[in-house]
Formats: sequence, structure tokens, C-alpha cells
Amino acid sequence: MFSFCSDPSVLEGFDWFACYLTSATHLNFYWAFLLVLVLLAVTAPAALGMGMLGALALRARFLPLVAFGKVYVNIVRGVPDIVFFLFVPIALGQGLEWMLHQARCPDWTEPIRQGTDFLVCPEAKLPPNGSPQWMYTAYSFGMAVLAFAMVFGAFVANTLHGAMQAVPRAQVETAEAYGMSRRQAFRRVVLPQMWVYALPGLSNIWQILIKATPLLFLLGLQDIVYWARELGGQKTSLFSYPHPDWRMWYFLALLVLYLFLTWISERVFAWLGRRLSHGQATAAGERLRKAGA
Amino acid sequence: MRTCWESFEAYGLRALGRDYGERLLPRGLDITFCDQVFLIGSGLMWNIYFAGLAIAIGFGLAVGVAMARFSQNPWLSRPASGFIFVFRGSPLFIQFFFFYAAFVLLPRSGIDIPLGFVTLTVDTSALTTAQVGGLFVLVLNTTAYSAELFHGALQSIPKGDLEAADAYGMQGWTKFRRVIFPNMLRLSWPSYTNEAIFLTHSTTLVFLSAFPARQQVGEAFYYARYFVDQTFNPFVAYPLVAAYFVALTLLIVAGYGLVGRRLNRHLPQARRPRFRFRPQYIR
Repeated sequence: MFSFCSDPSVLEGFDWFACYLTSATHLNFYWAFLLVLVLLAVTAPAALGMGMLGALALRARFLPLVAFGKVYVNIVRGVPDIVFFLFVPIALGQGLEWMLHQARCPDWTEPIRQGTDFLVCPEAKLPPNGSPQWMYTAYSFGMAVLAFAMVFGAFVANTLHGAMQAVPRAQVETAEAYGMSRRQAFRRVVLPQMWVYALPGLSNIWQILIKATPLLFLLGLQDIVYWARELGGQKTSLFSYPHPDWRMWYFLALLVLYLFLTWISERVFAWLGRRLSHGQATAAGERLRKAGA
Repeated sequence: MRTCWESFEAYGLRALGRDYGERLLPRGLDITFCDQVFLIGSGLMWNIYFAGLAIAIGFGLAVGVAMARFSQNPWLSRPASGFIFVFRGSPLFIQFFFFYAAFVLLPRSGIDIPLGFVTLTVDTSALTTAQVGGLFVLVLNTTAYSAELFHGALQSIPKGDLEAADAYGMQGWTKFRRVIFPNMLRLSWPSYTNEAIFLTHSTTLVFLSAFPARQQVGEAFYYARYFVDQTFNPFVAYPLVAAYFVALTLLIVAGYGLVGRRLNRHLPQARRPRFRFRPQYIR
């Protein structure tokens, strides 16, 4: 990074740390922080979308759809999440390969599960054989996002469904009295107002989502936990920057990072709650109205 | 192939150590369905051990921390809030890693604490095992979460009850024991049930993270992962472990329900706080 870093063995004190903390492996570590933020940025909308679909299914007037929504929400909420995080990527991967196998190699006669192996024909492999390394990383990252979206989608579905029910019934009835259809009433009255009721639940789920991101490590991705372990471990004099076991300090840094993330999102959600309460028929909204008057 | 009974004999107590049953775990094609049922089941005893002890120790600490947080004295309430913030605001997964890395750095021979006339040697090597070190982290974690619940309950103790206690001339310890503590417990009991469930589920993280499973002694989910690695088939071991946990959850709900009934026995039905299952496991 810096010009004086060319020979680490002669460095002392501050210079040593400046060079050490900007070495190539440390840059990987910093990129892994970005991976966490990307995961949050991708998963949050995905989970919100899944949750919205789930909540709509729970509200539907078509019985099988309601049943499907209930099964989805209750199964995911009733089973320990760690199990889900490890189960979904493998099960989904094998399921996709199996479907591709059925489609592309109809005359393959050997069984797919042979003892302890899961064998599909080469055309059905995911990602395709001979793909570059980044495809494999992207594939496992995509699977992780799907697992997160499924689990958190069920939580969100439950919260959003409750929020939709919490919008005062009289308002929906008024909308219907004005001649709006069910769909129009939902779009114009329920949808804009439900967020203030959903916010406490969503904020809680967001905090849990933040704290779930280190589980990426379990899916074999090179995330911050992986790099903290790698970089913190004892380095002998064979390495350019020898140091004793510093894992504790690396994990302390991660701990502080997560504390910062949860603290800042608490702030943001408090602010958002105040904004959304404007003009609402709730206690918080009433307080804002009085303060403004 | 082993019969089911042979699997039970070989692996029913395997989680206690390699002297109890087969030394080696079943591998590859040798794995039968019964092996998975019994080995995962034997791992469950560690989940119960971790959860039971952590809840029992954490309960007492949490009451103390909650009272400290509720107190008017900033020298008590500030550190208590800080403790709660740190342990609730960071992932348990990272806490395990951090504490394990810290415990490894402790001198292996133990720490000498000179007490003047006698020197006390604290044995620190046990802290790097999951059974002690992992439990330590779980205790701190559940203390923080429960203290937050208890603090919320302390804030909503009915004013009338406190005034009645004052009117009877109760003070200090008597008032705490007779009025504050039972009310706090009664009000927080539904959410405390959820906390016990989450804690039980998060015991699956102990061997997933930093703490090593010596002699392949682990909890239920450790064995489930072992089987999935061996057979590459997630459709047996994971549903099994999920089923075990659902059963454990139902037991906890039933047990806590009994205590909750007793705590609220003086109240009319309509005023009793209800338990609602709100599963959000990750912590």
C-alpha cells in the first residue's frame, strides 16, 4: 500500500501497523465487511417481498392460498433457524440439480443417490462444470440470500399481516362506502397506513437480520468471521508480519462493528417511527399533533 | 447392517464421551436411520445441559442486573444498561468466537491470586472447553436478555401494589420479596418463556463456532451436521433434529405454563398475562 512497506521486517511501531493493516489479506478482510452490507442490502428487500407475498396469501379469499401461507409461516417460524440456514442451501441446490437432470438427461438410467453420493448428469451441474471461481462464490452467496429471504420472509409475513389487520376497520369501511373496490381500498387506505403499525416488528426483525449475518461463515463463504480467524491466528516468522495469537482483538473489532450497526439502526428506526406517526390515529401521532399545534 | 437395538447400544450415550458406546462414529455407507435417531438424540443431553444450567444461573444474575438497571443510582444503572446493550446488540455467534479466543490466551497453568496468607490458584484450562467456556458465554447472554425483560416488567408493576406495600410499612428486602419480585416474575413470565425457548435453540451454536468438540462429543445439531457431511443428504438428519427441538420446545412451554399458572393463581382468568409463542431464534 505505502511505499515504505516494501520490507516489513525493518518496520517498527506505527509504520509496522500502517503496513500490516493495509496488507493484501487485510484488504480482503475489509471487502468482506462490504459483503455483509451487500447481504443486508439484498436480503432486506427480498425478505420484505417474500413477507408481503406471504401476508397477502394469509389475507387472500382463496382457501388453498391461505393454507399455503399458514404452512409457510408456521413451519419456518417453528423450526430452529440455524437448521434452516444449513438445510435450505443444500436442499435447494440438490432440488435444482435434480430438476435440471430430469429436463436435460431423460435417458440417464443410474440412480441419483448412490450410497453417499448425489450424482446428476454433467449437464445438470450447478454452476456448470468449468465455471470460473467467482461463479461458485456467487452461487453460494445467492443460495445464502435465498435462505435468509425464506426465513426472514416468514417473520415479515407475520408482522405485515398483523399490521394490515391493525389499520382501523372503520377506514376501510369508509373507503368501501365511497365505492372503492376491495383492491382499491387496500391500495389507497391499508397499504399507506399499515407501515406505522408494522414498524416496531420490522425494526426487531432487522436487528435480528443484522445479527444473523455472521452465519454466512457456516455456508463456507469467506466472510468477516473467516478472515478474522485467518488473520488473527498466530503468524510465525515465516510470514511478512509475524505476530502472536490476535484473534481476540479481531473478534473484538467485529463485536464493536455489530454494536455500532445495531445502535445506528435503532436510531434510524426511532426517526422513521416519528416520521410515520405524523397524522396517524395513534397515541404517538396524537402527541406529535399536540406538540405541533 | 446394525439392528436398531445395536445402534441404540452403540450410540445412545455416545455424547457422554468415547468410553460410552462405540469409539468411532458411523461413517459413510455404514450409517443407518436408527444411528441418526439415537446419536442425534444422545446429543440432546448437552442441549439440555447448556440450556438448563444457563437459565438457572442466568436467572439469578438477571434479577440482579434488572434491579441495578432500574435503580436511581447512575453508578448501578449505567453499567447494567451497558452490559445489556453489549450482549443484546451483538451476535451470540461472534460472542462465542471472542470469548474462546480470549480464554485461549489465559495461562494454561492457572492464575495465581495472592490473598496474603494463602495463594489461590484458579484453574483456567477448563474455560477453553465448550462445557465450561461455552456455558459461561450462554450465561452472560441469557442474563442480558432476561434482565431486559425483567426491567420492562419492573417498570410496569401496578402502582397500587407498591402503595399497598408502603401502607403496610414494608421496606427493603421484605417489600422486594413479597411485592416487587413476584409481580416482576408474573408480568415477565410469558416473554421469559420465549427467552428460554430461544436460549435452548441457540445452544446449537456452541459447537458450530469456536469451541472444539473433543472426542466428537457434541450436541444434537453437531451430530446432525456430521451426518449431512457424511451422507450428503440433508433430508433425514435436519428434519430429525428439528423434530427433537420441536419436542423440547413443547416441553418448555408446558413446564413454564405450569409455573405461570401458579404465579397468577390469585388473579381472575381475564387478567392473567398470556403466553404467545414468538419464535425469533437468532441472537
